[in-house]
Amino acid sequence: MRLAAQPGEVIDRTRPVQFSWNGRQVTGFAGDTIVSALAAAGERVFSRSMKYHRPRGVLTASYHDPGCMVQVGDEPNVRGAHRLVSGGIVVTSQNTWPSLRFDVKAVNQLAAPFLTAGFYYKTFMRPRFAWPAYEGVLRRFVNGGRVSPDTRPAHPAKRYVHPDVLVAGGGPAGMAAALAAARAGASVLLVEEEHQLGGHLRWGNEADLAVRTDLAGRVAAEPGIEVLTDAVVLGRYDGNWVAVLERRGELGGAEAERLVKARAKTLVVAPGLIERPYVFAGNDLPGVMLSTAVRRLINLYAVRPGERAVVLSANPEGDAAIADLKRAGVQVVRVEDARLGGDIVAATGRMGVRSVQVADGTQVSCDLLVIAAGWTAPTSLLNMSGDRPVYNPRAARFFPDVARLPGEVLVTGGLAGDGTLDELTGHATAVGAEAARRAAGIGRTWLRAMPGRQEGAAQIADPEHGDDPPAGLAHRDDQPAVLPALPVDAHPELFAGRTNGFVDFSEDVTAKDLRAAVAEGFDSAELAKRFTTATMGPLQGKLETVNAAAVVAAAIGTSVAETGTTTWRPPYVPISLGALAGPAFEPVRYSPMQPWHEAHGAVPLLAGAWIRPDHYGDPAAEARNVRERVGIIDVTPIGKLDLRGPDVARLLNLVYVNKWSKLEIGRVRYGVMCADDGVVLDDGVTGRLGEDHYLMSTTSSGAATVWEWLENWLQTEHPDWIVHVTPVTTAYASMNVAGPQARTLIERVTQGVELSNEAFGYMHVRTGRIAGVDDCVLWRIGFTGELSYELHVPASYGLHVWETLLERGADLGAAAFGVEAQRILRLEKGHFIVGQDTDGLTKGYSAGLDWAIKLDKGDFAGKPELAWQHDEESGPRLVALQTAEDSVVPDEASLITEGNHIAGRVTSSRMSPTLGRPVCLAQVEARLAAEGTEVTVRLPSGRLIKARVMPHLAHVDPDGGRMRV
Amino acid sequence: MILLPCPWCGPRDASEFGHVGESSPRPDPAAASPAQWRSYLYLRANTCGWVAETWYHRLGCRRFIKVERHTETNETRQPRLQPAADAGSPAQQARAASG
Repeated sequence: MRLAAQPGEVIDRTRPVQFSWNGRQVTGFAGDTIVSALAAAGERVFSRSMKYHRPRGVLTASYHDPGCMVQVGDEPNVRGAHRLVSGGIVVTSQNTWPSLRFDVKAVNQLAAPFLTAGFYYKTFMRPRFAWPAYEGVLRRFVNGGRVSPDTRPAHPAKRYVHPDVLVAGGGPAGMAAALAAARAGASVLLVEEEHQLGGHLRWGNEADLAVRTDLAGRVAAEPGIEVLTDAVVLGRYDGNWVAVLERRGELGGAEAERLVKARAKTLVVAPGLIERPYVFAGNDLPGVMLSTAVRRLINLYAVRPGERAVVLSANPEGDAAIADLKRAGVQVVRVEDARLGGDIVAATGRMGVRSVQVADGTQVSCDLLVIAAGWTAPTSLLNMSGDRPVYNPRAARFFPDVARLPGEVLVTGGLAGDGTLDELTGHATAVGAEAARRAAGIGRTWLRAMPGRQEGAAQIADPEHGDDPPAGLAHRDDQPAVLPALPVDAHPELFAGRTNGFVDFSEDVTAKDLRAAVAEGFDSAELAKRFTTATMGPLQGKLETVNAAAVVAAAIGTSVAETGTTTWRPPYVPISLGALAGPAFEPVRYSPMQPWHEAHGAVPLLAGAWIRPDHYGDPAAEARNVRERVGIIDVTPIGKLDLRGPDVARLLNLVYVNKWSKLEIGRVRYGVMCADDGVVLDDGVTGRLGEDHYLMSTTSSGAATVWEWLENWLQTEHPDWIVHVTPVTTAYASMNVAGPQARTLIERVTQGVELSNEAFGYMHVRTGRIAGVDDCVLWRIGFTGELSYELHVPASYGLHVWETLLERGADLGAAAFGVEAQRILRLEKGHFIVGQDTDGLTKGYSAGLDWAIKLDKGDFAGKPELAWQHDEESGPRLVALQTAEDSVVPDEASLITEGNHIAGRVTSSRMSPTLGRPVCLAQVEARLAAEGTEVTVRLPSGRLIKARVMPHLAHVDPDGGRMRV
Repeated sequence: MILLPCPWCGPRDASEFGHVGESSPRPDPAAASPAQWRSYLYLRANTCGWVAETWYHRLGCRRFIKVERHTETNETRQPRLQPAADAGSPAQQARAASG
């Protein structure tokens, strides 16, 4: 029922708003929450609880009200007591069937004895075959709203801010602290959960409202303060990395939530206190509300919460609620003062409270029961900062252990203590100034942490060294401020009353459930939580954790202080996954020849971030074309590193297992890198282009890894070596021209290079002009086993050179081949691929590298382990296998077995178009690696086939003659 | 997240870096026993307190930097441990000694 205008109301009576609730039209005002508008229209029941489907109404009238979750259009689990109404929204209740009023699922209440906490561990277990049926039944009774698969997901961009001071909480303490910090020169971000600044002042008396208006006005006028309302600090991480959820509801839909990442120099925690429910029979009935709920309804929304009220008051705020009730025309028929022994025994009613039994046994009829039982300190940001708050029995709440807090986190407001409004704002002002002072100190430390900017650091005046303070951040008296002490008021300890009631309203966990858990052996706060699920609901403990701790403590026989609460974890409130994810950044890399690949039907292969042509329709034909005529493959993703300096050869000797000191200018050598554990890291070819100039190639997936590897050696172990490493992977477009006609084709397009075999032999490198493009690198290497030239062309000319080659080679049968064809060709030649034929445990001698590893060299990466492997002859061996059946191509990773013993696996396997039969490489135990050994290959189907170890790794041209022509 | 004091770029978020690990000097490969070598490869002191470790500023200046981090609080600072404890590998020490 709507009251006359209230001095602090936030509704705008000139702007009515119409919306629907469970199919019927309701009118509220702009500024109403969904629940305040419905309450004004006489509604009392807004949802049904999760397990027992008990009717629920307003408890706190805030974001954290457990009984006020509703569905708004497509959006489930909307906090109805926080979400503002807007025209045309379709609001429905959740978890009810067929209706809120008459909910068939409330039959659960009859089954309550079987549905105690943890029932699912014991019931619905057997017979096991009936589980699908149980699941179907349980699913109908599950809580929560409806998700529409047609909802368009939003991925709003995140925002990054760097305030000097971040103030969490916009009540009087938060505002005062923000003002003091800003006056001291700090940039301030003030984050407030509600739709307006003011905290509890908003529903206070005339004096409170005046202070609120004054503070909020000064905050708005202060240029150094940015205010975010309807925004919540989600968590605090190392170094005051703070996550803030910013809700921008007026934008609706896609932009409704945004993640703000803040790196604050100092954090001021001023969240105030959260009112706590009291545990007694019937404490969840609609009409049972906390004192802050009735004060919000009356003062913010001009809603009369009931007609006849019983009040349990244990503190001055409860007393103020009584005054507000009377002012709103509510008949206050009974006040139980907990400070004088008053108590509520039980509340009864069906769809709402009808009668209350008080301490002396009297039954009082009423439709509203107001509880002011005490306050919970929401210390979660402090816990996340490393604090372990301490319980104060005299005040009946937890307080921060300030000594444990890092210097960059400060506390003020109700979390720090009690006192008059003046005392609290005075404390907050001192804290705000101190936060700014410490932020200035942190800023100076950051600047001084950059030795390269000494001159800048010198300009930052350092009062600790007697400098004059500059304008801006004031640090005149740079001593740590002495913060005034706040009084701590006594408060009765009211947690659980004389009868069994709800501790966790969202999870339907009662005090009896918690005691039963303790009796079963779950005798700590954490264990009882996990068994009963208390504190694991949408509120994550805000209303329930202290009562749960008190019940568990009483059951164990200890105190709340000793029992402690469960861990406070981020996020403080839920955030949508879309806002957490933000826009997806998934860069892909294309070579300059990509347009040609696309135009010619290339099937794409995703290799790391690269899109590569896997094949153009017939990889076997592409491979045959290379063996018979000439093919061209785009190998741009190959890692390329330009190495210059007098010490390059020393670096190569260090990172490769073979020798590099005598590589002449113009020569290319194949090298394998092992890590210090002897495991094969990467392979590639390196050519010497000049006296102090080399070009190293790596595998495409190893490009970044090898660059880091080289830099690690140069920077940390050999800073005295002069080697400059420049990654040129994407500076060059790379293509491999392979096949018997390769030289003929290259001759047609190249100038400045003698191409005869005598002048430019196998494993040599030259530079010259290709297709009119200068500064191209050509080297003769042999991955595919044919005569081949790998060309590295300045990238912007890649497509031009590619197209020229294909055009000029058309009569020679030049055709493109893709990664799949290359895999076939290299496998026919027994060339291993790091990461395919080797794994994270494959040391050098297990990759067929006996010929390459030069143990008589000086120190190189992996030498000790390789020497030990050599002496012990340990580890598997890489072999080529020929299967007994020509038509069966074993799957890669097929096991090599001896009965139940696994003796190895097939690492690479393809059908060879050159030979007309399968070709394989495999890792096998050393004792099986001898030529001619017969092994058994177990296909994934379970079928066993025979295979024989070949004399060489290469199935085709083992002497390598074709590459050397 | 953790703020790392990169001496070239200033304090930067740890997500810009690769964590190389606890600084442990590379033993002389010619003299180390398998046990000593594998201790260097795989074992870490993992103390609770200030540890010297190497980070690679992959998304910044691409330098390998040494910082000290308190493993309980994740505070970080520029290296300050005694030089004797951080003299580098035997190879580096030999080089330093020979001038």
